[in-house]
Amino acid sequence: MNEIVAYVVIAVGLAFDLFGTIGLVRLPDIYNRVQAATKCVTLGTCFILVGVTIHSGITAMGVKALICAAFVLMTSPVGAHAIARGAHVCGVQLWEGSIMDKYKDDFGQPERELDDLER
Amino acid sequence: MTAFLNVALVVLMLSSFLCLYRIAKGPTAPDRTVAIDILGTLLVGFCCVFALLYGRDWFMNIAIVWALMSFIGTIALAKYLQGRFYDE
Repeated sequence: MNEIVAYVVIAVGLAFDLFGTIGLVRLPDIYNRVQAATKCVTLGTCFILVGVTIHSGITAMGVKALICAAFVLMTSPVGAHAIARGAHVCGVQLWEGSIMDKYKDDFGQPERELDDLER
Repeated sequence: MTAFLNVALVVLMLSSFLCLYRIAKGPTAPDRTVAIDILGTLLVGFCCVFALLYGRDWFMNIAIVWALMSFIGTIALAKYLQGRFYDE
């Protein structure tokens, strides 16, 4: 019974992972990609780790998986915020369909405007 | 249930190849940084599936250390992006 529940949870996590990376490939600009990829893949990996915990119970492996899940849940959004801020400061343009840029309203233009495709 | 875990490995491999496509193609440097971050998180999932497949618990040690190092690398790359322009 435990094993069945664990495999269902792991399957849900794998689906989140796959959809997150599809979003990483398909979405138009860096900010959309950060949203899709980081949220989906963080949650998917946490589901896989919780599945390992359910599968093996309170053993060394299960507790380590739970600690790793808490750690991934704390650190991955911080990394995503840092990357998005770095992208804005470094001058990557938003997609032309974007309707607002709150960061620019609060902190001003990036120091240099660069087109999305320019390196 | 080895068959399920093999399918899980195939799905994670497919996700990793999508990430590698974005690393190779991605037009700007932050795109590549995001894809590297996501690849690190996916590798934690790989370690979990290997731990269940082979029944060894030291794969979870690798997962914890990999998550830590991936976070430090991501923060370092983000700080690097903030202080730099494309032609420097």
